[in-house]
Amino acid sequence: MQSLGIDVLFKGTNMLRLLKGLWVSVEISLISVAISIVLGLIIGVLMTSKARLIRLILRIYLEIVRIMPQMVLLFIVYFGTTRVFGINISAELSAIIVFVFWGTAEMGDLVRGSIKSIPRIQYDSAYALGMNKFQVHFYIIFPQTIRRLLPLSINLVTRMIKTTSLVMMIGIVEVLKVSQQIIEANRKSSPNAAFGVFAVVFLLYFIVCWPVSRLANKLEKRWA
Amino acid sequence: MGDLVRVKHLHKEYGRNVVLKSIDLSVKRGEVVVVIGPSGCGKSTFLRCLNGLEEIQGGVITVDGLPVEPDKKDITKIRQKIGMVFQSYELFPHKTVLENVILSPVKVQKRYKDDAIREALVLLDKVGLADKKDYYPRQLSGGQKQRVAIVRALLMHPEVLLFDEVTAALDPEMVHEVLQTMLDLARSGSTMIIVTHEMAFAKAVADRIVFFDEGEIVEETSDVRGFFENPSTERARRFLKTFAYE
Amino acid sequence: MDIEIIRSYIPLYNDALLLTFKIGLLGILTAFAIGLSGAAALYFKVPVVKKVLTVYIELFRNTPLLVQLFFIYFALPKLGIRISAEACGTLGLSLIGGAYMIETLRSGLESIDKIQSESALSLGMTKSQVFGSIILPQGISRSVPGIMANVIFMLKETSVFSTISLMDLMFTAKDLIGMYAKTIECLFLLVVYYLIMLLPVSLLGSVVERRVRYAEFGD
Repeated sequence: MQSLGIDVLFKGTNMLRLLKGLWVSVEISLISVAISIVLGLIIGVLMTSKARLIRLILRIYLEIVRIMPQMVLLFIVYFGTTRVFGINISAELSAIIVFVFWGTAEMGDLVRGSIKSIPRIQYDSAYALGMNKFQVHFYIIFPQTIRRLLPLSINLVTRMIKTTSLVMMIGIVEVLKVSQQIIEANRKSSPNAAFGVFAVVFLLYFIVCWPVSRLANKLEKRWA
Repeated sequence: MGDLVRVKHLHKEYGRNVVLKSIDLSVKRGEVVVVIGPSGCGKSTFLRCLNGLEEIQGGVITVDGLPVEPDKKDITKIRQKIGMVFQSYELFPHKTVLENVILSPVKVQKRYKDDAIREALVLLDKVGLADKKDYYPRQLSGGQKQRVAIVRALLMHPEVLLFDEVTAALDPEMVHEVLQTMLDLARSGSTMIIVTHEMAFAKAVADRIVFFDEGEIVEETSDVRGFFENPSTERARRFLKTFAYE
Repeated sequence: MDIEIIRSYIPLYNDALLLTFKIGLLGILTAFAIGLSGAAALYFKVPVVKKVLTVYIELFRNTPLLVQLFFIYFALPKLGIRISAEACGTLGLSLIGGAYMIETLRSGLESIDKIQSESALSLGMTKSQVFGSIILPQGISRSVPGIMANVIFMLKETSVFSTISLMDLMFTAKDLIGMYAKTIECLFLLVVYYLIMLLPVSLLGSVVERRVRYAEFGD
């Protein structure tokens, strides 16, 4: 134990600090996901709109999100807005803005895909049974859409959590930043702390993300 | 002797579910055997067993004197003696018509590519598809695909051909062209085992009728006409009735 | 925005782009190789390998690249395994990309109907011939959209290299902002250079995807 530097985590409140750091990441992702889902539902429906201009604008928005690394977006929001608009946005808020910007596009595309995947004939046959527009959507289309959507949006949660590791780059004290601090503070007494601490962080991320992606997988298989 | 395919006490089950019960059947060289029966009676599974595509739980299958055992190394040798055509064609979608039919002769039998192509063109011409040789399967109709699949099987020079409901997925107007091809093959002396639901075709092509029901052979006769007019078992009579409208 | 400043920064960004691209390309190629051999091993159900691969895939798909890099770069040296930052970046990118590529190719191979291989078997082919000439080509072409998505994902992920002091685009931008505080110019160039790297790949992706979809068989 000593030589691998895991002991550092049992000193004082170190482990607790690490877990608190992890919570910062999880918190940012959960808030972002919640907002993204709501906005994504709206954007997704708009993406199937008949108006070409709306579709084009949203297409460009989606492409930007697909192409730009989240890290670049973080830098633009955190450093760029200060310079251009002279407003100071906190690092946490910048992170949430970026993740919502990204998550909404991804979620919207998932919603669009699920709506599009329902064959035309499903609408037709529902109308043929004498349902009105609301009934068709409420009883026939949405239940089928949700089944496709849910596993995919759960996957988005794990992607968010993984991506929050980037926020240390704009100075948010999350799990990686905390581990660096712990390693730094114990440099003398425990020179191998880097191994133990980073191994634990690695596992922590896995423990958080793995069950969630398992769940998504299970749902996807069951509802396929 | 003279039996090309020989099946003795074939037993096949999926878990507890027995699909084939003690099947005995021999097919002579040049004979055309038509297997009929209600869906789910095990006739397709029977064909798949003959080609070693299914594990069997009992009995012996031999083709040209060689035992068919799915996991043996020489199963590929035996399969070369058996041509099989599937209901869903199963052409290789990433290869053209010509590539589909010469793939195995060249890769498996190591024949010269030029020879294989020459022969392929002759056979494709016979089924009226020589001009389609560079098409991809998706560009063909169902009936054309199925004729290519037959040519693909023939080019391996098989001793026996297995047909597994090859017209079941076709539009009615394409059924004829495929059946005509099979009829020509039968007349040229090919050994064939055919699973089909086309009763008129069965009557025309069969040397022998084998009637399957619930995993066993219920009736087997060379009196083809007699079978269709007056089958000797009650089960066959009931089955044939399902094709008549009253 | 100051054009002069942008002009003077361009050589630095060029170098950074080159480094990012080099590592990215190497990582993508290695990841594809890992993906192919891994998916093949899973297809043939190689006993022990299958278990090992499953653990590898789950581990690397459920952790961030940044954490993987920190582990390789800062933790492994404590065990006496020391590699350069560039090798570390390449290795990390290959490993995470490999895990994704295996998954993509595996599901591509699995999507090919069983009866396709049966019809090939019925033509007398061996299992490896069936895999090589029937299943693999079809499986890969079905996987193309997924592969392109992985490539874009990997190229984007290179943006975390700066954390292990690789002089990539992010590093250059951050460094210049820190030194000269020309934030707008630096961020502008950052976006432009990522566009230069990713836009062609993204466009290529949608072209290839359309072509592959067109080539899909079906009646």
